[in-house]
Amino acid sequence: MNNLDMREYIINLLEHGHRIDGRKLDELRKPIEIKVNVSKNAEGSSNVKIGSTEVMAGIKMAVGEPFADSPDQGVLMVGVELLPLSSPEFESGPPDEWATEMARVVDRGIRESKMIDMKKLCIREGELVWMIFLDLYTINDDGNLIDACALAAISALKTAVFPVLEKDKVKFGEFTKNKLPITKIPVTCTLTKIGPHFIVDANTKEEKASDARISICLIENNNICAMQKGGGSGIEIDDLKKVFSIVKDKTKELRSLVTTAAK
Amino acid sequence: MAQAKKTERPDGRKLNETREMEAKVGIIKRADGSAMFRMGKTIAYAAVYGPRELFPGFMQNPEKGILRCNYDMMSFSVTERKRPGPSRRGVEISLVTKNALGPAVNLDQFANTVVDIFIIITQADAGTRCAGITAASMALADAGIPMKDLVSAVSVGKVNGRIALDLVKEEEDLDGTTDIPCAIMSRNNEITLLQLDGDISEAELIEAVELAKEGCHKIYEIQKEALKEKYKEIKNE
Repeated sequence: MNNLDMREYIINLLEHGHRIDGRKLDELRKPIEIKVNVSKNAEGSSNVKIGSTEVMAGIKMAVGEPFADSPDQGVLMVGVELLPLSSPEFESGPPDEWATEMARVVDRGIRESKMIDMKKLCIREGELVWMIFLDLYTINDDGNLIDACALAAISALKTAVFPVLEKDKVKFGEFTKNKLPITKIPVTCTLTKIGPHFIVDANTKEEKASDARISICLIENNNICAMQKGGGSGIEIDDLKKVFSIVKDKTKELRSLVTTAAK
Repeated sequence: MAQAKKTERPDGRKLNETREMEAKVGIIKRADGSAMFRMGKTIAYAAVYGPRELFPGFMQNPEKGILRCNYDMMSFSVTERKRPGPSRRGVEISLVTKNALGPAVNLDQFANTVVDIFIIITQADAGTRCAGITAASMALADAGIPMKDLVSAVSVGKVNGRIALDLVKEEEDLDGTTDIPCAIMSRNNEITLLQLDGDISEAELIEAVELAKEGCHKIYEIQKEALKEKYKEIKNE
């Protein structure tokens, strides 16, 4: 089936409340698996599977000079590597615009929610702070990489520990028992728009047929801490109202998975 | 007693013993073939895509398909963060990996195409190129690429003056350690990867390569088992 036929087929099914893999429009794939501490040399790590979409997150920490505009705060760097191993469509090379957008969406959810108390990462104001390098790698892309990456990121952060610091140098490979100063759990849910319909947790075929997507990151009290409209088409205010109740539901579901897996 | 302590291996293995191994085939759904191989704490994932059309066209070979290989490590797979993206080390390992696998595959029927092999190390404790080759070889078989044999790889070396199989990081980092990564096709014992760094005599080298051969034969059995396992699952579905 070519892409246009597939789109028509998907929209026809959606009219009747069905999806190509048999799910409801607001149904996440099952199972969703979150494993933590999957890579022993990382300060924190996780492996997340949503259906057959799979990503890995890992955290390495270092110390360095703070940014001039935040001398009393640590540094967070988020990167996404779309490994060519995970999809026939990904190519080797530096991060493309899709990888960069995804990394920035994940970063924004963590940063704006104030998930990490960045002031507690300060060692000496203006001189030395902790730097968190959070790297996300795709293992299999079967759609909805944004939510999988965001989920992997918070799971890895939640379980990460500080490495040993001696005379302002990190002793690589030696860890303390002190966890990162985590205050909140921001969870991202992406809705994909196909024709007039919104669905959660789109798979690859649905993503290819889509017009737009909206990623919303909520903290525990359901306040929005980050949002991104992606894709080529626009959405309407009424659409936002429609998706918000779904996002509240789904982020709650995902958050409980994270709190169970990443204690 | 002190003497005995010194020659003991950090994880208590015998000199001719490999670490505990685990292999799984078909782990990446979108790939044409894929596999995971774990050697102790070293974990490699490999995926194969192709044969697929090769661009740009001038790189195509009208006689047969070409093999391409890309090896990399996750930034957090090692104790000191590795910057994501290509490195000189990665480029060299990609090349020797391609050369290690090339003799096993036959791409004569796939003119103008490419078979891509991607290897990523998720956790490293020495022997990552060997684990990568072992995983990639299973992924190639899983993708249905015509092969004359599987390729199995292991590192051997001289640690504290004694020849040992399958070194861990702690042994590799000791002063005076010689490290010899080897890849072997078990059916005819053809060696397709051989690298060495250190200081070793001719007799010791031969002893080491013989030991690698034994190790590869064990890995070979595990590879075959993992491949059969995948099709057992399909049969039972």
